[in-house]
Amino acid sequence: MSIDFLAIAPEIALTVTALIVLAADLALRGEAKQLVNPIAAIGTVVAIVFTVILYGSERVTFGTMFVVDDYAVVFKLLFLGTLLAILGISWRFFAEGRYFQGEYYFLLLTAFIGMLIMPSARDLLLLFVALETVSIPAFVMAGMRKRDLYSSEAALKFFLIGVLSVALMLFGMSLVYGFTGSTDLVEIAAALDGETASVPLLLGSVMLVIVGFGFKVSAVPFHFWAPDTYAGAPMPVAAMLAVASKAAGFAGLIAIAFIAFEPVADVWGPVLGILAIITMTIGNLIALQQRDLIRLLAYSSVAQAGYMLIPFGLARTGSTAVNEAAVQAVLFYLVAYAVMNIGAFGVAIAVNRRTGLRSIRDYAGLASRNTLLGLGMTVFMLSLGGAPLTVGLWAKFAILQAVAVEITLFGVILAGFLVLNSVIAFFYYLRVVKTIWMDEAREGMPALQPGFNLSVVVVILMAGTVLLGVLPGLVTDYSSVVSLLATS
Amino acid sequence: MDPNTAGWALVVALFLPLVGAGLLSLMPAAMDQQIRRAAVVITTVAFALVAVITASFDYGRSGELQFTTDVSWITAIDARFSLGMDGISLPLFFLTYLLPVLCAIYTTKHLPSPGKPKAFLGLMMVLQTGMAGTFVAFDLVLFFIFFELTLVPMFFMIGMWGGPRRDYASVKFFLYTLFGSVFMLVAFLAIYFQAGASTWSIMELSEMAPFGSSTFQTWAFLGVFLGFAIKVPVWPFHTWLPDAHTEAPTVGSVLLAGVLLKMGTYGFIRIGLPILPEGALRFAPLIGVLAVIGIVYGSLCCLAQTDVKRLIAFSSVGHMGFVMLGIAAMNEAGIQAALFGNIAHGIITGMLFFLAGSLHERYHSREISVIGGGMLTKIPKYGVMFAYVAIASLGLPGLAGFWGEFTAMWAAISPGLGLADSYQGLYLTLVIFAAIGTVLTAGYFLWLLQRVNLGKPPERWANEPLDDVQAIEWVSWTPLLILILALGVYPRLLFGVQNDAVANLVSFLG
Repeated sequence: MSIDFLAIAPEIALTVTALIVLAADLALRGEAKQLVNPIAAIGTVVAIVFTVILYGSERVTFGTMFVVDDYAVVFKLLFLGTLLAILGISWRFFAEGRYFQGEYYFLLLTAFIGMLIMPSARDLLLLFVALETVSIPAFVMAGMRKRDLYSSEAALKFFLIGVLSVALMLFGMSLVYGFTGSTDLVEIAAALDGETASVPLLLGSVMLVIVGFGFKVSAVPFHFWAPDTYAGAPMPVAAMLAVASKAAGFAGLIAIAFIAFEPVADVWGPVLGILAIITMTIGNLIALQQRDLIRLLAYSSVAQAGYMLIPFGLARTGSTAVNEAAVQAVLFYLVAYAVMNIGAFGVAIAVNRRTGLRSIRDYAGLASRNTLLGLGMTVFMLSLGGAPLTVGLWAKFAILQAVAVEITLFGVILAGFLVLNSVIAFFYYLRVVKTIWMDEAREGMPALQPGFNLSVVVVILMAGTVLLGVLPGLVTDYSSVVSLLATS
Repeated sequence: MDPNTAGWALVVALFLPLVGAGLLSLMPAAMDQQIRRAAVVITTVAFALVAVITASFDYGRSGELQFTTDVSWITAIDARFSLGMDGISLPLFFLTYLLPVLCAIYTTKHLPSPGKPKAFLGLMMVLQTGMAGTFVAFDLVLFFIFFELTLVPMFFMIGMWGGPRRDYASVKFFLYTLFGSVFMLVAFLAIYFQAGASTWSIMELSEMAPFGSSTFQTWAFLGVFLGFAIKVPVWPFHTWLPDAHTEAPTVGSVLLAGVLLKMGTYGFIRIGLPILPEGALRFAPLIGVLAVIGIVYGSLCCLAQTDVKRLIAFSSVGHMGFVMLGIAAMNEAGIQAALFGNIAHGIITGMLFFLAGSLHERYHSREISVIGGGMLTKIPKYGVMFAYVAIASLGLPGLAGFWGEFTAMWAAISPGLGLADSYQGLYLTLVIFAAIGTVLTAGYFLWLLQRVNLGKPPERWANEPLDDVQAIEWVSWTPLLILILALGVYPRLLFGVQNDAVANLVSFLG
């Protein structure tokens, strides 16, 4: 068996970079240690170049385990773009705090290797390995503020719930293997298709596998770790968990749900749909009560996961048009979500870095203290809410569009919850916006020094939010070309 | 300018305020006066362009779309960047460019705390683009974007420059209207998929109508209804309006009453009726009932108000009730009346809010009891002006307020599309109650005039030097005062422009 090295070139590039970062950390001393950040960024750019080269080609390697198609490429670009942004907002945070920078960047890159594998994996085992490659470094990263009890609590909580759900998932996978005799997603689908009578145990094991991903995307009731972990972890790590790790979870869930378990979509579809309703409603209602911005963002990210689960609720066995639209809606939402949420975390890092302030009240008068950050946060908050001329509106639009492909009562109920929740969510997003612009800044606040990298990231993401808000075609036209299901 | 080919003129006019807002944001904040003057220049240039467009509009073909632009925008969902204007759009579009000029002129001297003219005027211009776009967008998605674009700047205008309860009022305004528009968006999507023609074009969908089952028409119209009825606002969805108006800065109130509310009635006429005629027909009696409740309820509330500005806000509920009554009549005269009432209310109530703002600057209160009367002797020019506009608002023949209300009632006596057969009694009752409403309206306005204008000024004001109408106020108010009279004595000015377009629209209703 020969290995198609070009197909895994992005992963190789990141692996090499990760090792260089580790070695460089040993070689560099003192101030120079922060140079590992640009090294990591260069490695990321190389990986992006390889990924772009792969666009348009169709490559299969490691048997049929690893597939590179346009769908995977779009996901990989999303991850790598996110990585670049996170590197940008990490630099000062980790250089100025007393952190082991080499370790952090090594772990970060490792987690992203797992993410890159995720959308390409077409085998239960490879999916599991990818998921663990994302999770295990993340457990460690969440606890990087070693002298902070909250950080340790964050890591421990994350670890325990994470391991539990992975154990459940692995158990489910073993049962699925027992039934179908294969770990290959396409073969599983074929075997499930042949199954005429519904076997409760089989359906149960399908649900177990899905639960594992539910943890990763922080769907209610598997979300309990998220707020505590986001609040305790170093903020760039929280941004990574809220965006990249969640997107990886969705990449895996899409592959499992729409390829392997498509024949039983009529069973898991409604379950995930109800999960979507619960997730967005509970996420939003709890977010209303938050006074800490990071916790607010955490619950908002739970709610956003709920929105992204809606298309899964629409899935139906054998209805390619519906499923295709569902996958595209999730993909577009993830891109939009990444752009606006990393931006929000970026601003939060700039405000928090020197002072440790994180209450929403500490954002009072942010616009008058630093117009760029105030404007940025405003754009990101409005976009998360789904205001016009921001990409957030089109993300919700894409989901409604998927609902409308084939109108069903359940779909209409899902859409109804989406729009109601959007209104509820605006309440807390607007509160942040109002605080930024309308409340007086407190006396004696130190000057904000976001730093060059972070400012660039915020400006780019802000521009992206508005540009995609005016011309969503830049991504929608592109993602509609990308078809996961036609290839499977 | 050739109305058939000069689509660019409309695009330029539409985005000029937005670009202007960008230019303003680049000016250093310390250049306070220059910023205010720049805003006057920008809005005036935009207005001049719209005046040229208005002059070169082909009134012989006012039923057809002119100054059209139609380019592909989001191909994945078939949304197009489609602009145009006909006789229905033109007057509203014109008003959307006139009022900001007057507001900018007014702002050169008057700006509530915390000042910040750059942000204030910038937001006003963003708002202007949103409002203007609503009236010329002929693609449902584009329409929705412009419709929603107005929320954010208005939220900030109320929330930053508003009165003591601005926090509550701004959030209530935002969430309430957002609540309506998300259902409108869902209805738009339903329309798109039900029509199945891969188009969001308002004109094409109108020509295709009616489509879908009657259940679909009902539900879709309900969604559209929620979106627009909250914006208008139709009773019982009006509760955000008094709060928003009372707390908003003067300019915000003027634009809110002058243009923003009109987007709701315009939406009913442009989208609700022609695309969902069966649904509209089914809802028409209900709309009529709600409209008349609004008229009577609005005037009763006015009788109970002690704050001049809040009183004017409630009078808006009543006046918009007449507009909705015209729509509920579902015939040409009714729609003509609704559109006339729209413009007349925009001018008159916009002007009343200007006056209420100035009242506050003089008396530092808007409480009727604090003012205590005697304006005619204390500040005679202002008093006369106030009386003139109030009388126009109560619908005196010869001034603009009369035609919308009179025609609406006249049209509702014989509603169109078979409504006359099944609901004749209901509509007659509605007209009777609406007529009672006009009496009440006259009642509360005359009572208001009696309390603030007549009599002797109370002691605390008797020796206080109060300014009469200032030069800057003359400049920004005169155009509205003239328009009130002009539309009153020569209503053809509007009816004539709208005639063909309305006839065309009614032909879609079947």
